Amino acid sequence: MNFHLVLFLAFGAVCVGGAINLLAQRHPINSALSLIAVMAALAGEYLLLGAEFVAAVQVIVYAGAIMVLFVFVIMLLNAGEEEHTNGSRVAILLGVPGMLTGSVLMAWVMLRHSGTESVPIGALPGHPKDIAQLLFHDFLLPFEVTSVLILIAIMGAVVLASQPESAAGKVD
Amino acid sequence: MIVIATFAPAFSQTLPQSADYVRILPELVLSVFGMIVMLLEPVLDEGKGQKILGLIALAGTLAGIGATWFMAQSPGLAFWNMVQVDGFSVFFHVLVIAIAAVVILTSYEYMAVQRIRAGEYYALILFGVVGMALMSSAVELVLIFIALEISSISSYVLAGFRRHEAASAESSLKYFLLGSFATAFFLYGVALMFGATGSTNIDQIGRMLRAGAIPLLAFVAVAFLFVGLGFKVAAAPFHIWTPDVYEGAPAPVVGFMSTAPKAAAFAVLLRIVFVINVPNTFWLIWISAALSMTLGNVGALVQNNVKRLLAYSSIAHAGYLLVAFAAAPGLGTSAAMFYTAAYAAMNLGAFAVVSHFAGAGERYVTLEDYEGLGRSSPLLAAALTIFLLSLIGIPMTGGFFAKFYVFSAAVKANLIGLTIIGVLNSGVGAYYYLRIIVMMYMRESRKEVPVTPVPFALRLALAACIAATIYLGVFPSRVLRYAQDSARQLVQQSPPEIPSSASVSTVPEIL
Repeated sequence: MNFHLVLFLAFGAVCVGGAINLLAQRHPINSALSLIAVMAALAGEYLLLGAEFVAAVQVIVYAGAIMVLFVFVIMLLNAGEEEHTNGSRVAILLGVPGMLTGSVLMAWVMLRHSGTESVPIGALPGHPKDIAQLLFHDFLLPFEVTSVLILIAIMGAVVLASQPESAAGKVD
Repeated sequence: MIVIATFAPAFSQTLPQSADYVRILPELVLSVFGMIVMLLEPVLDEGKGQKILGLIALAGTLAGIGATWFMAQSPGLAFWNMVQVDGFSVFFHVLVIAIAAVVILTSYEYMAVQRIRAGEYYALILFGVVGMALMSSAVELVLIFIALEISSISSYVLAGFRRHEAASAESSLKYFLLGSFATAFFLYGVALMFGATGSTNIDQIGRMLRAGAIPLLAFVAVAFLFVGLGFKVAAAPFHIWTPDVYEGAPAPVVGFMSTAPKAAAFAVLLRIVFVINVPNTFWLIWISAALSMTLGNVGALVQNNVKRLLAYSSIAHAGYLLVAFAAAPGLGTSAAMFYTAAYAAMNLGAFAVVSHFAGAGERYVTLEDYEGLGRSSPLLAAALTIFLLSLIGIPMTGGFFAKFYVFSAAVKANLIGLTIIGVLNSGVGAYYYLRIIVMMYMRESRKEVPVTPVPFALRLALAACIAATIYLGVFPSRVLRYAQDSARQLVQQSPPEIPSSASVSTVPEIL
C-alpha cells in the first residue's frame, strides 16, 4: 500500500469521524470544534489530490475565518446544550437508516456508474494560474454577480435584525 | 471522457466586449436602480420619501423593460458561454420585470398602511428581479445557482417584512430553512452533473449525454436538480412550506413570490429538462405533476384563510404547469411559457385585491370577511371575480387558454392519464374559487369590515392585471406565437427528442 493512500484514508477517517461527532455532540461549541477537524482533514485530502491552492484556501477561509465567525456567533447567542425531545428520537430512528441507505446508494452510483475515468494526481488544473483564469475570465460573470448576492444578504440582515420600533413605530 | 476546461487561446480575448454588456443590460439597469433606492433611502424623510422610492423603483422596472428590448436586438452568447440571449430569455425577462412593476404598484400604498419601511423593500425586489432575470438567460449551472440564491434570499427577507407580526417571522424563517435545504440539493446536483459529464454548461452537458451512454450518475444529478427546483416552484412533494409561508408573508410579497421566482425556476427547469434532455425525467415529472395537482386542490378545499387557499391553489397550478414538461419539447415549452404569463397576471391581481382588502396588520383575510364585498366595494369584488374565473379556467380569460394549451400539448404527447387527472382537478378547483365569488355576491356581511377606497396605484396595478388576463384570454395568438418561436429556437439548439419512456427500464427510481 503506498503512503499516499494511507494518508488519504487517514484524512478520510478523520473527516467522517469529525462529521459524526459534530452531529452527536450536544453542545454547539463541541460541534463547531469538530467542524474545524472536518475542514482541516478535507484540506489534507485536497492537498493529496494535488490541489494545493484549494487546500490552502480551505485552511485560510473555512478552518480559519468562517469557523471563527461560527464560534463568535455561538458565544454571542450564548447557546446552551440542545434538548432532546420525542421528535428527535423519531428523527434518529428514521434518519439514521435513511441516511445510511442514501449514502451507500450514492457511493455505489459514484463508484460504479459515474461514467468518468479516474484521473492521475496532478492532471487536474489546480494551479493558482488555472484557477485565476477560470475565476476572473471564464467565470467572471458569476464571480461579479456574487456581489449582488452578498449585498442582499447584508440588506436582509439589516432589515430582519433591526429593532421594529425604531423602524417606523408600531401598528396600533 | 472528462474534460475539465479548455485553456486554449488563453489571453487572446481577455476583456468582455460591449456586446457582452448589452446581453446583461437589464440586470445592470435593475442593479443600478436598486442601489439608487438604497442610497436615497436614508437621505429622504420618512413620510413622503417612501413614495419617491416607490416611484424610483417603478422607473427602474420600466427602464429594465426598455433595456430588455435593447438586449433582444443582439441575441447570442455572452461572457464566455455564461448567458444566452434568445427569444426564451427575453420572454422571461419581460415577464419577471413586469411582475415586479405590478408588485411595486401594489405595495405603493400598502407600505404606508402596514407601516413598513420601504427603502430596503423596493431595493430587495429590484435585486431579486436581477437574480430571476439572470436565471432565465443563464446557460451555466454555476451562474444559475448564484442567480437562484439571489432570488431566493431576497424572497426570504421579503417574507419577513411585517416585522411586528410573529407569523411573518415564522414565514421568513421556515422559508429560509427549507429553502436553503433545497438549494443544497440543487448545488449537489450541479456537482454530480459535473462529475458525470465534466461540464457545468447546459448545452455542453446535453451534447455530452447525447454522445454516449448516459451514466447513472447523470440521472441522480437531474433528480437532485429537480428536487431543488421543485421546492422553488412549490411542486409536490416539496410543497409543505407553501401555505405557512404565504400566510405569514406580506400579501404583495406573496403575489411576487408566487409568480416571479416561480416563473424563473420554471425557465431553468425548461432549459434543464428540454436542453439536457435526460430521458428518465419523464416519470419524475409525471408523478410530481399528478401529486401537485391533487394535493393542491384537495388542500385548498378545506381552507378558510384566503392567503392559504391561494397558496394551495398555487401548488395546484404548479402541477398543471408541470404537465407541460411531460409533453414534447416544442409544444410543452410554449405551453409552459404561456401558462407562466397567464398565471402571473391572474395571481398577482388576486393578491393585489387581497393586500388592499386585508387592511392594517392584515386582519381581514378569512373567507367570512369577504362576505358582502360585492356590495361594499363593487370594484374590488369585480376585479377579484375576473381573476378567480381565470384561475378556474373560464373561456375569455388567460387561464382558459393556458390550461387549454397545456392539456392539448399533453394529449398530443399521448399523456391521457395525466390529462384526465388534470381536468378532474380543474373541476375540483372550480369549487373553491366559486365559493369565494358566492361569498362576495350572495351573502350578507355578518362582520364589520372597513373597506377603504382603492388608491390610484392599486387601480393601475389591477387594471394592468385585468388587461393582461383578458388580453391573453381573447387574443392569445400573439403571445403564443412568440412562445412557439422561441420554444423552437430553444429546442433546436438542443438535442432531438429521445423517446421518453422507452429506454429507462434499467434505471431504478431514485427519489
